[in-house]
Amino acid sequence: MRNLKRYGPGTLAIILATALFLVPLAFMVLTAVKDRRQAAKLDWSWPTNFSLLENLQQVISARNFMLVTAFVNSTILTLVSITVLVVLAAMVAWVLQRRRSRWNGVANFLILSGLIIPPAVVPTIWVLQGLGLFKTMPGLILVEVAFGMSFCVMIFRAFISTIPRELDEAAVIDGCGPVRLFFRVIFPLLRSVIVTVVVVQSVAIFNDFQNPLYFFPGDKNATVQLTLFNFQSQFTTSYNLLFTDILLVTIPPLIMYLFFNRQIVAGMTAGAVKG
Amino acid sequence: MTVNQTSPTVSPPRQEAAAPPSGKPLARKAKKSAYPYWFYLPAAAIYAALFLLPTFASFIFSFTRWTIFDATFIGFGNFIQFFQEPALVTGLRNTIVYAAVTSVLKVVLGMLCGILLTSNIIARGFLRSVLFFPVLLSTIGVGIMFSVLMDPTKGLINQVLGVVGIQGPAWLADPAWALLSVALVDVWKGVGLATVIYIAGIVSIPQEFFEAARVDGAGSLKTFWNITMPLARPATTTVIILSLIGGLRSFDLIWAMTQGGPGFASDVIASVIYKQYQAGFYGLSTAGNVVLFLIVTAVILPLSILLNRKEVEQ
Repeated sequence: MRNLKRYGPGTLAIILATALFLVPLAFMVLTAVKDRRQAAKLDWSWPTNFSLLENLQQVISARNFMLVTAFVNSTILTLVSITVLVVLAAMVAWVLQRRRSRWNGVANFLILSGLIIPPAVVPTIWVLQGLGLFKTMPGLILVEVAFGMSFCVMIFRAFISTIPRELDEAAVIDGCGPVRLFFRVIFPLLRSVIVTVVVVQSVAIFNDFQNPLYFFPGDKNATVQLTLFNFQSQFTTSYNLLFTDILLVTIPPLIMYLFFNRQIVAGMTAGAVKG
Repeated sequence: MTVNQTSPTVSPPRQEAAAPPSGKPLARKAKKSAYPYWFYLPAAAIYAALFLLPTFASFIFSFTRWTIFDATFIGFGNFIQFFQEPALVTGLRNTIVYAAVTSVLKVVLGMLCGILLTSNIIARGFLRSVLFFPVLLSTIGVGIMFSVLMDPTKGLINQVLGVVGIQGPAWLADPAWALLSVALVDVWKGVGLATVIYIAGIVSIPQEFFEAARVDGAGSLKTFWNITMPLARPATTTVIILSLIGGLRSFDLIWAMTQGGPGFASDVIASVIYKQYQAGFYGLSTAGNVVLFLIVTAVILPLSILLNRKEVEQ
């Protein structure tokens, strides 16, 4: 009886979680390794012949190696956006946290707006077109940076408030200018929170669908998520290919997760709940 | 606070102190802070150009018939059209329903899972990881996966229900179920985040409260109602606000699973905006953006004030 009380809820939770969360994923993997005919049955049968390699090859070479282009694009998009975002947001957060001025109210208001207000889509296209950046990678990168800025500044700010101000003062007395102070003293101290921001935002940007859909249209431009969406109609009867594609697209966030599991959760909570 | 404010003036950079007569006093004063305003500039420029400017422009362009290159002022024409077309009004209602359903479920399930996963349960780490993993999956991938799983006859979900003797609905094909089905998948994907927020909230409650309750002979239900619930309130606030914002703006999942269909049964404002944009009605699409903006503001602003005020009153 005592054992039941101790292990009962846990066992139940494990069974429930497995059924709800792992079974769909297992089904996806299982379908991805089958051949077309067997996958079409959408059942739990063991694959008669493992076709994962052929599936992979077909998915990758489909539409003139579109997926390769998409992976290259998505990687560039994610890496560059994150780099720009981290540096700029940390700069803003540092000055905002350290220097009391009448701009702080305005800045805080703008940061909150960025979190709440849905971006106006077509006017953004209009601006991008005016800048000559519509349908270009730099344009999309700038859009991702603009939309991710609020979240990053908030996380950085919360962390910077825990760094003692005496450190800045010591560096200033030693003759550090603002640029050196920031990049040589402060920025390295932000390492742990930078990892959080990088992981969270890169998953968000890599998985982003709406912004590439609006601001990066055209076959030549595809990102991973756009390609996946377009493949949905193309592979509508080939579930094995569809699921192989999903599997491929899931791998980068999965790797992130395996490496930074703890960090992600810690960062999410640090940013989400104040106090 | 006061000490911090004055500290930069107390300790001026050494070089300047060494050569006071050469520098002009005014210029030096402006340069002195170790926290220069120009650090704002690059971020502010990008943010202003690609977020603030479009937001302001949307208020102007929503009153026009617009082709990107040329705009004719037509007053409230777009808004009148928006509220007169039944399909668009459906989108409005669906947006509210979708946001409400997903946030309520995320709060309830997130809190339950949060309590469960902070209790002394076996395989806690495993459960946390499993629950959180979908948060990282590609929304489009999840959407496609579940549209296959929710297939009325061949889909795994209805097959399992069939084994138990339940005739499952035609999830995505049935207009009565389509929006709800997508909302359920949204909860599947997002409940991990809500749980993590609740875990953080519950862990930060001092253990003494629980001990005191136990000494006073409170049962677990009473402890939950009188201690966990009220003291996890910041977490609840966060989950509600986050999931409402997400729910009201939701687009990816709906577009991947139903594209607003069948008919307009699962259209939300964000998908209406995209459809109007695709059809070339830029003014109307932008009017949709303004409507979405107004709804989000009208829901989130009073709610966050209300929730945060009660928090202080405690």
